[in-house]
Amino acid sequence: MKAYLSRRYHFSASHRLHTEVYDAARNREVFGKCNNPFGHGHNYVVQVTVSGPIDAQTGMVCNLAELDAFARTNVLERFDHTNLNTLDCFREIVSTTENLNIEIYSIFQDFTAAHLESVHVEETNNNSFDCFGSELPAVGRI
Amino acid sequence: MIFLTRKAEFSSAHYYWNDAWSQAENERVFGKCANRNGHGHNYMMEVTVSGQVDATSGFVVDLKELKDILEREVVSVYDHRHLNLEVPEFATVIPTTENMAVAIWKRLDGKIPHAKLHRVRVYEMADLFADYYGEQA
Repeated sequence: MKAYLSRRYHFSASHRLHTEVYDAARNREVFGKCNNPFGHGHNYVVQVTVSGPIDAQTGMVCNLAELDAFARTNVLERFDHTNLNTLDCFREIVSTTENLNIEIYSIFQDFTAAHLESVHVEETNNNSFDCFGSELPAVGRI
Repeated sequence: MIFLTRKAEFSSAHYYWNDAWSQAENERVFGKCANRNGHGHNYMMEVTVSGQVDATSGFVVDLKELKDILEREVVSVYDHRHLNLEVPEFATVIPTTENMAVAIWKRLDGKIPHAKLHRVRVYEMADLFADYYGEQA
């Protein structure tokens, strides 16, 4: 029987929305206060959903400790208490949460103990983002 | 493809009443929600849009612009209003949470540039919400 497992993780980071493609005025116009040259920060929430058959012996889709260890090593230690703009993945692209969502989705694609369904990232209490890779979610999955 | 969700809150009064029914039938079906003096909720809506991430800005849609659209199209019309008495679409349609999700969809559909409206979720309270995905779903 297939089941879905979701786990939430938290990290805090700073960023600044800015692109060299735009001049200063256009950056300010498009990114508003997020273009503040000194940056600002968020408490991000990452919710990863994996799926798979429930193992007959363990009763699990995957071992949470394994998922936690993967997230800690590959996501939290990489992003927590950093300035996102200084990281390689945001050297060429703006550190919007859309792009962060895609980056974290691609990281979790290397977690092989269960099928990756989606990655949900909350930037604030009022906005969040969902990435399902190249697949479209079935109705009701978001 | 990224799905982006923005929340907004509003507080409104309403009651449930079907003019085609007797008072007894309204009270039987709608219980305390049929009280014609109305009652209120702190509503929360979550609007989800989908689209491709712009290669330059990194945005699916400008969050500030989306916030302004939600404010203009929905919050400014619903907030601190009596839905049955002051909001046109509920003059003839009962403002249940389900109907509110449909009404908010109609208010927003086609108004959000560069993105496709995917879902409207309306919370009447923390443990009750309705989802609408448009006619296609």
